[in-house]
Amino acid sequence: MIEISGFTALYIFMLSAFTGYEVISRVPVILHTPMMSGSNFIHGIVLVGAIVVMGSAQTGLEQAIGFIAVALAAGNAVGGYVATVRMLEMFNPKDKKGEA
Amino acid sequence: MDIFIQVVYFIAAILFILGLKKMSSPVTATGGIVWAGIGMVAASLVAFFEPGVFSHTSNVVLIVLAISVGSAIAYITAKRVQMTDMPQMIAIYNGMGGGAAAAIAAVELVKLSSGHNVEGGHTLSATAQVLAVIGALIGAVSFSGSAIAFAKLQGLMKKTIRLPMHMMINLALFSLTLVAGAIIGFGDSPSIQLVLLFFAMALVFGVLFTTPIGGADMPVVISLFNAFTGLAVAFEGFVLGNAAMIIAGTVVGSAGTLLTQLMAKAMNRPISNILFASFGSDGGDAAEEDIEGSMKEVQGVDAAIMMAYAEKVIIVPGYGMAVAQAQHKVSELTKLLEARGVKVMFAIHPVAGRMPGHMNVLLAEAGIDYDKILDLDEVNPEFPTADVALVIGANDVVNPVARTNPDSPIYGMPILDADRAKNCIVIKRGKGSGFSGIENHLFYADNTRMLYGDGQKAVGELISGIKEL
Repeated sequence: MIEISGFTALYIFMLSAFTGYEVISRVPVILHTPMMSGSNFIHGIVLVGAIVVMGSAQTGLEQAIGFIAVALAAGNAVGGYVATVRMLEMFNPKDKKGEA
Repeated sequence: MDIFIQVVYFIAAILFILGLKKMSSPVTATGGIVWAGIGMVAASLVAFFEPGVFSHTSNVVLIVLAISVGSAIAYITAKRVQMTDMPQMIAIYNGMGGGAAAAIAAVELVKLSSGHNVEGGHTLSATAQVLAVIGALIGAVSFSGSAIAFAKLQGLMKKTIRLPMHMMINLALFSLTLVAGAIIGFGDSPSIQLVLLFFAMALVFGVLFTTPIGGADMPVVISLFNAFTGLAVAFEGFVLGNAAMIIAGTVVGSAGTLLTQLMAKAMNRPISNILFASFGSDGGDAAEEDIEGSMKEVQGVDAAIMMAYAEKVIIVPGYGMAVAQAQHKVSELTKLLEARGVKVMFAIHPVAGRMPGHMNVLLAEAGIDYDKILDLDEVNPEFPTADVALVIGANDVVNPVARTNPDSPIYGMPILDADRAKNCIVIKRGKGSGFSGIENHLFYADNTRMLYGDGQKAVGELISGIKEL
């Protein structure tokens, strides 16, 4: 881990918030649902935090909660990825021939 | 090693943002999710090399086991689910992320209460302690709230449950949760009982917050919870000193907030109205008014003839098409009509279906080119020259009351001008009004004919009607 002081974090928050706003403001309506699913996948990064926390768990209770954290986070990441890919495949002209 | 870990996190953060950006165009979208996926795998792998993780072998085994269990369940469900059920799956995966963020906070707070050192020698700073609690609250609400949203859309929970004095109970519960959170967040060493009580109250609040909201408003709520989870992840990222989590979480938090606003705006309702008031009680008196004319029924064969000899047909799909899984039939109908030289286009209202873009996904699944799919501003000028507007399972988004009656709760909402087409055929399961409970004047108009039946069956009738010509 790195030391992130309060104000550095605040700057990261601010710049990231603008980034998210800008990136999504240009999305056509047609892609809103896949985009929502995609952003849902991206907060699956919580898996990294879950791994770190679980790794340093010491008591049985900590391990139990950590286990839940990792399992849920993995579900978020994998489910979000597969759902997004399936939706985006629909927009891929090459894949349409198979369905006809 | 630490430098290497930080570099990978840094690259992952870049990949997430670039991936999201690529996802914003249909041409590059598939590549976008792959980029983000590479970032995710890389970040997850290096997380194992964070200080402390490999020092307890049993923990590493448990981590691998938990990842396998969570991934397997999510992979199988995500692969098997029907496209029409995607919105509730997004809700449940999002809830899992929120739950994970809350659980991370729970571990940190449990460590704090048992006096263990946190994070390999560090204790939580005062700021981190407060943010851990806030992230825990948001994550827990997102977790239980998303579960309710899933249950509602999946049809496991049909009724909108409202307790007596629901708002007061919510407010009281939320205040109590905040008090408990404040004691934990600002205290030295919170008791384990208080931590458990705090989480229990936050989870119950998520449930009570979501149950009174109607099924039609769920997309907005899911989008909001998506933003919630993002924020919760960002806060826990600060607690763990992980910049990738802060960046990814905040980006999703703000993007999700914007998306929520866009959806609420398309429905012409302030977000507060969706979250804290029910549509039905709003529109009660407006539904009472007199309507001129009557609903005129049409048979599938006659409707088929109208469409077959038209020059231009605009199809307006709605949630009814999704429920009836009629998109493939609609695609077949489109091909038949085009073979006869009829110009066919699709009109998509921003809030048609269960999520913005839901209809586009379904039509794309059925193999309809996306240049035929037009949004509100593009398609409305086309209606006056269209011979037939075919409305399949859409209701409020074509209700002309939104233009004409200032007393109506949907007044001012941008609608598709299906009523301005020369003829309008409405496929509808029964005579009832839509989700909002508002009578639709379009159904009573002189140029409107009602084709009753399930979307799939009705479109099937149209297809066989055209084939017989």
